[in-house]
Amino acid sequence: MLTGHRTWLFDQKPVIVSTGTVGGPFEADGRIPDDFDLLHSDTWLEQDTFEKANKILLEEACQKAIEKGQIQKEQVQFFLGGDLINQITPTSFAMRTIGSPYLGLFGACSTSMEGLALGAFIVNGGGATCLLTGSVSHNSSVEKQFRYPTEYGGQKPPTAQWTVTGAGVALLKNQGIGPRVTSATIGKVVDMGLTDPFNMGGAMAPAAVDTIEAHLKERNVDPTYYDLIVTGDLGNIGRNVSLDMFKKHGLAIEEEKYQDCGLLIYRDDQPVLSGASGSGCSAAVVYGHLLNRMKKGDINRMLVVATGALLSPLTFQQNESIPCIAHAVSIEAGGDLS
Amino acid sequence: MANQKKKKLTPVQQEYKDFQSQRETKRPILKNILKAYLVGGIICIIGQAIQLFYIYFFNFTDQTAGNPTVATLIFIAMLLTGFGVYDRIAQFGGAGTAVPVTGFGNAVISAAIEHRSEGFILGVGGNIFKLAGSVIISGVFAAFIVALVKTILIQWGGL
Repeated sequence: MLTGHRTWLFDQKPVIVSTGTVGGPFEADGRIPDDFDLLHSDTWLEQDTFEKANKILLEEACQKAIEKGQIQKEQVQFFLGGDLINQITPTSFAMRTIGSPYLGLFGACSTSMEGLALGAFIVNGGGATCLLTGSVSHNSSVEKQFRYPTEYGGQKPPTAQWTVTGAGVALLKNQGIGPRVTSATIGKVVDMGLTDPFNMGGAMAPAAVDTIEAHLKERNVDPTYYDLIVTGDLGNIGRNVSLDMFKKHGLAIEEEKYQDCGLLIYRDDQPVLSGASGSGCSAAVVYGHLLNRMKKGDINRMLVVATGALLSPLTFQQNESIPCIAHAVSIEAGGDLS
Repeated sequence: MANQKKKKLTPVQQEYKDFQSQRETKRPILKNILKAYLVGGIICIIGQAIQLFYIYFFNFTDQTAGNPTVATLIFIAMLLTGFGVYDRIAQFGGAGTAVPVTGFGNAVISAAIEHRSEGFILGVGGNIFKLAGSVIISGVFAAFIVALVKTILIQWGGL
């Protein structure tokens, strides 16, 4: 099971039998609208607060995954997930509706893969046969939490990123048909001393690089083993910085095979500056777009590296630097372990 | 201050910071200044037009037309904020929209809209000056210091 210091190999290869992805209007206008199960035309989602809308996104994603997985709500043995709001209330509140035993996670934007890694570990070890994992973010409620009011006219620098309004949930089972989770590498907190909350990509890149290099080393494979290595939300800046870091470290990664969820979700002409971010970003893109491409046969093996910036508005105001983390999970169509 | 912060970083962190900043997209400062000049100028022309309007059509003078003009500009800024347009103009205009009084109006109303969901007292009341509060307190304090200096100079300096 444990290979090296922090990589788990899942010999049972838990199966992602179904997924549910939900997005907002800005995502509907983006590059991959067809990969969402449900798109909303209004960011309020007919709720009176954005926090409630945030909760509804996750509820709907869970319901979609349950529906597509052809199971009943009661069959869900555990839920692992989280979001970006204080005390992860949207996720906890959504679990009132789902009603399954629940483990709340916080890994900022890396929550999606933290959940998938832990979920796969539980299923692989026989701790469950059927569980849900996912994460959610809502542009307006997250901006309110971390930055300025949404309508405040502050000019954002070109390094800023756009928080995704969306949720992605995966139904993980010990058997069935679908992409298989084969291994996971748990990230370390990496803090390179950056303090600019409008440049998350630059802050998170070293964490992604650290986790990817550890994963490849501990599994003893080279980057070509994967058809795609995809990071969570590094954006333009973070992707370029990490590519240069790989070059510096002498690791040959092809640029076309190194993608970023934050750059896949929106069109280039949408006003998102450096790209997308948010805990819903990697969840929605991986569980929607990328797994669909895997089903079509485009991708056989991929490594998903969700990156998270573990700051709070308080620590930023107190001039603390931004600690970051990245968790990697490998998903394979055939599920062959080398 | 900047040097102090730099000292705290380990050599590895410092190396990465430099490595990263070489690859970071910089703010296009010259372009931003030009845009701010244009947008700020346009806002001021609109303000001038409103002022003339009050002078010619109502009984205001050069001295008294200022107040209703500022109120009208803030009102327009509030409407644009409420309709979700102001932040888009601001992303383009930068300081051009932040420095005139419209920026102040936007800071107040955007916070009020944002925290409406927490109720009128704790939400709107408690947060309306979240952004503008620091501007007000700095302004009042600066005015106090300037007035103090002026008073001292007049009283003892014999100006």
